[in-house]
Amino acid sequence: MNSTTPQSIIEKLWNSHHILTDEGESLMYVDVALAQENTLHAFTELEKTGRKVLKPGQIYAFTDHYVPTTGRAKGTDGIPDIGIRNMVIDMQDMAKKYGVTLFGMAHEQQGIMHIVPPEQGIIQPGLFVIGNDSHTSTHGAFGCLAYGVGASEFAHVMATQALWQRKPKAMRVTIDGELGFGVTAKDVILALIAQIGVDGATGHAIEYAGSTIRNLSMEGRMTICNMSIEAGARVGLIAPDDKTFAYVEGRPYAPKGQAWEQALDSWRALATDDGAKFDKEVKLDASQIAPTATWGITPEHALPITGVVPDPASIKDAKKRSEYETAIEYMGLRPGMGLQDIKLDRVFIGSCTNGRIEDLRAAAAVAKHGKAKVMTWVVPGSMAVKRQAEAEGLDQIFTKAGFEWRDPGCSLCTAINGDNLQPGERCASTSNRNFRNRQGPGGRTHLLSPAMAAAAAIKGHLTDVREIIK
Amino acid sequence: MQPFTTLTAIAVPMHEANIDTNQLCPTRFNKVPRGPKYREILFYDSRFKPDGTPTEFMLNAAPYDQSGIIVADRNFGCGSSRETAVYALYEFGIRCVIAPSFGDIFAANCAKNGLLALTLPEEECAAIRRQLQDQPGAKVSVDLAAQTVTDVQGKAHQFEIHEVRKRCLLEGLDDIARTQQYSGKIAGFEAGYYKDRPWLSARA
Repeated sequence: MNSTTPQSIIEKLWNSHHILTDEGESLMYVDVALAQENTLHAFTELEKTGRKVLKPGQIYAFTDHYVPTTGRAKGTDGIPDIGIRNMVIDMQDMAKKYGVTLFGMAHEQQGIMHIVPPEQGIIQPGLFVIGNDSHTSTHGAFGCLAYGVGASEFAHVMATQALWQRKPKAMRVTIDGELGFGVTAKDVILALIAQIGVDGATGHAIEYAGSTIRNLSMEGRMTICNMSIEAGARVGLIAPDDKTFAYVEGRPYAPKGQAWEQALDSWRALATDDGAKFDKEVKLDASQIAPTATWGITPEHALPITGVVPDPASIKDAKKRSEYETAIEYMGLRPGMGLQDIKLDRVFIGSCTNGRIEDLRAAAAVAKHGKAKVMTWVVPGSMAVKRQAEAEGLDQIFTKAGFEWRDPGCSLCTAINGDNLQPGERCASTSNRNFRNRQGPGGRTHLLSPAMAAAAAIKGHLTDVREIIK
Repeated sequence: MQPFTTLTAIAVPMHEANIDTNQLCPTRFNKVPRGPKYREILFYDSRFKPDGTPTEFMLNAAPYDQSGIIVADRNFGCGSSRETAVYALYEFGIRCVIAPSFGDIFAANCAKNGLLALTLPEEECAAIRRQLQDQPGAKVSVDLAAQTVTDVQGKAHQFEIHEVRKRCLLEGLDDIARTQQYSGKIAGFEAGYYKDRPWLSARA
């Protein structure tokens, strides 16, 4: 059944999940749906209409957005804010009522909805995944079409196991070359967004390709795909290869024995065919990417750490000038000041972007070189990451450096569980959004890599990590 | 879902690009059950000081406290998938947002809630915003069946919309009911899908 027209992985995944077309829209089959506490809005929709979850075995619920990252001994009873406590309790109750698989607050595999499913092998190549969170694109790192959806679409999937979509345009981002010393996946994705803009990929699915992507670990690939939405793409993915298969093999939900061999044959056929067409092509030279940090209020406002805050007066385009003025005012910066002169109040290491074991190793390697000058939190992405880090002694390194070692969750990335910045506070953060008020009303966020965050912590200001680990 | 057919309403111009869903509904309000409370939540951190007193943000005072339409710049509703951003717009009384482009997830969420996310070219959005700035409180009309926006000066702008999105909005159609007509086809597809992928069938 060889097709003569070369196909991209995006087309292959699209075709293999396409049920039917009606009035120009496609009904797509959904393999896996990922819920979090805010998905209560979707369950409420089901409740109102008396509908059932059609395939509870394909729905997984996580407690991550609202769970506390300290003081868990008393379980949900120990959550001081009743509104927050009820979100966790209600979600857990709803998951049980509808029979979906729950990774509740007390579960030994509890963690972030974009970290636990790959760890558990729930995510495998070739799947159509949806999640009630815009960072669901993370799972594209395994060669999946992974869509972030709102509550209504999530309720629709729970009731029908299908999702109406129109085929996205395809964009290929090819990144070739060797990353410089101290440059990580986070720097690559920030550099890409700075180049194409926060709506540079709107309406597109991105395939990340090239030698740089091939050489990244699965953790690094997840970091890249995670932030696709920050460039406007609902979906970002990477063709699976031996590295992907090695990561999946042996995990609890992964196929075993003969089924594994069968799955491998299918997965190996997913990669984009030579000569496949894309609607848009973008190229990046990895050797030109430096350790990067954001200075403004969208992820596009990113520069090499050696750079300076831009001067709006020098910008001809009136709209851009006004955007930069707004950003600089909100961030409390001066045009022309060095990024490394930006003093911090807080540092946050964690999130679905950078809360994996490799991220914590990178942060610890830098933390060894000093002591935190500002309040610094390390929030592992899952209980499994936490245990692994402790087995490697990373928690000891952090604690010795004055970093606070906490329990898994979204924490200061989404800032809804009670972990948040105070008005005016400035935070170097390994998370994904530097929007105004994102980490708390009046809070200011600088996005960067885990190594850069640790460097910032021990210096008290944004710092070029290459000056610490030489 | 309430159908959307035609609308003539006060339109508020918002000049900033990239207004994200975090601004439309600050994260800490995501836990609020859907309902009238979302009227106050819309743009909360812009509309209220930390002590809860109102700011001078334009939605707080006449004529814009009666807005039914927002005319915005590109990439409106980018960021988080939170549908609460749409709940907040809807409860405030906004039934239509006109912009050069939208966050993909936000646009999908609008369609599921009877809110029209309408795309016009960047220059046309800018022109309408200028008219609104010159005549605060002026009204703009939208006719979904005819696919036209009539601006303050009475000029009609044609817009594109996908046929299904148009029909669902016009009829106030429940998406799940539409899909369930195809449940036999979904089940048939599924049987073939798992036959080819036995390693996945344990979940189904």
